[in-house]
Amino acid sequence: MKVLVPVKRVIDYNVKARVKPDQSGVDLANVKMSMNPFCEIAVEEAVRQKEKGVATEVVAVSIGPIQAQETLRTALAMGADRAILIQTDQDPEPLAVAKLLQAIIAEESPDVVIMGKQAIDGDNNATGQMLAALLDWPQATFANAIELSAGSAKVAREVDGGIQTLDVALPAIITADLRLNEPRYASLPNIMKAKKKPLDIKEAATLGVDLTPRLKVVKVTEPAKRGGGIKVESAADLVTNLKTAGVL
Amino acid sequence: MAVLVIADHDNASLKDNTNKTVTAALALSGDVDVLVAGQGAKGVADAAAKIAGVRKVLLAESDALGQGLAEAVTAVVLPLMAGYDAVLTPATSQGKNFSPRIAAKLDVSQISEIVEVVDANTFVRPIYAGNALETVQSSDPKKVITVRATAFKAAGEGGSAAVESIGAGDGAPKTKFVDQQLVKSARPELTAAKIVVSGGRAMGSAEEFQRVIEPLADKLGAAVGASRAAVDAGYAPNDYQVGQTGKVVAPELYVAIGISGAIQHLAGMKDSKVIVAINKDGDAPIFQVADYGLVADYKSAVPELMDALTAAGK
Repeated sequence: MKVLVPVKRVIDYNVKARVKPDQSGVDLANVKMSMNPFCEIAVEEAVRQKEKGVATEVVAVSIGPIQAQETLRTALAMGADRAILIQTDQDPEPLAVAKLLQAIIAEESPDVVIMGKQAIDGDNNATGQMLAALLDWPQATFANAIELSAGSAKVAREVDGGIQTLDVALPAIITADLRLNEPRYASLPNIMKAKKKPLDIKEAATLGVDLTPRLKVVKVTEPAKRGGGIKVESAADLVTNLKTAGVL
Repeated sequence: MAVLVIADHDNASLKDNTNKTVTAALALSGDVDVLVAGQGAKGVADAAAKIAGVRKVLLAESDALGQGLAEAVTAVVLPLMAGYDAVLTPATSQGKNFSPRIAAKLDVSQISEIVEVVDANTFVRPIYAGNALETVQSSDPKKVITVRATAFKAAGEGGSAAVESIGAGDGAPKTKFVDQQLVKSARPELTAAKIVVSGGRAMGSAEEFQRVIEPLADKLGAAVGASRAAVDAGYAPNDYQVGQTGKVVAPELYVAIGISGAIQHLAGMKDSKVIVAINKDGDAPIFQVADYGLVADYKSAVPELMDALTAAGK
């Protein structure tokens, strides 16, 4: 079984995003970038499926600037077999990303795509569902547990109020939620080995997808800051204050 | 222009997120219809018909719709979109599941989790865990939008729209529903509660979480939330998680107990009206957003708070 795992290079999880003074966006100059945490979970899941003998090949794909090669090397160090970079200096919207992935899937014919549910920069939570729609494949989003077998996948999904379990016919799109697994740290020998694994680079323009944005960013602003609060001395003080504030 | 709102419900009752999404829809157009896609959901449709400002309610019913399968919901919505300029869905786990599928089928970008309607083409949405607000202008002929319901006031009652049954579409032929395990709770729903009491990693165990957080929540008539750290450690179920990657809440009162205040948690609760933090680490980032901070060990502070609430007649 061949597994395709799309991964995204984003601002590091521990870095606080700062809005540029000219309101044109978030300042990413000299900011630490890493693999999107949900993509790490997806890579981990694909590699575990391979370790269990269910998956035979794990292919990581990223769409982004030339530096996204580093993100792909991380995926290779975690255990992916090979990688494809679709190079573009644009920042394509989820719909365009889904179309680029659709083009790669036409070439690679994976049995299943496992990807993060959301990127922590745009917070759209849309690409996986869009890709499923374009391919007319079933989707199992927000996966908490995945059992792959020949021709189908049983996926436990995190939904409001609990867990829903679906059985989807393969090929399918599965998006990873937080508690699917805990991604490993790549070991030094594996990082060294990853340098020798194949990484193809394709120009996004060669895939025949229109990357023109549908959404024009008018401005990016900082949210209103909360006014400074006070420290209270005791629980009784707290209750008095909350009564005065009218919330009790 | 006409706008379709897809109702949030559990087949038995209509969720308040729907009323809030209707408010966002009414900012776009006066012609707002509501789609109830479910099974045995006539009561939900009747409730939706009473929302002030709703023109018409469409009811589509099948097993696959009752299970909320994305493929099934998409199949019902797509043919309807010939008659609508926009479709708005509350950004619940359900809505986030099917809405992008509809968008891609219509070949439009989704505008995710809007918190403000500027005009019919322009919307504000949080990005980077709420550390930035992006104003975007859509050039798509039809808008597919998810709505962060906590950012809008609920539309009231007083409507008397007609309910019309429509076809249930093709279902989800490639997906089989296996089962669903939902936690039944007598407490208010997390995203709709007026008061939320949340516990963090400091609780140390699931037993301690239940012993400390739940009685306080019950005393306040509050919903229970948790930080990601507490959920990851298994102290609380995953649907308790408040944060960028969990639920976004904006109650009148948010009480954070033993929560340090990671960026990703703050993203889920910083729009609460009043925030209380109890933490023994006076430097914890949660105090930067708290209106009232109590630097104390929860082990002594929570019992004292329970007593103080009793003394105050709670």
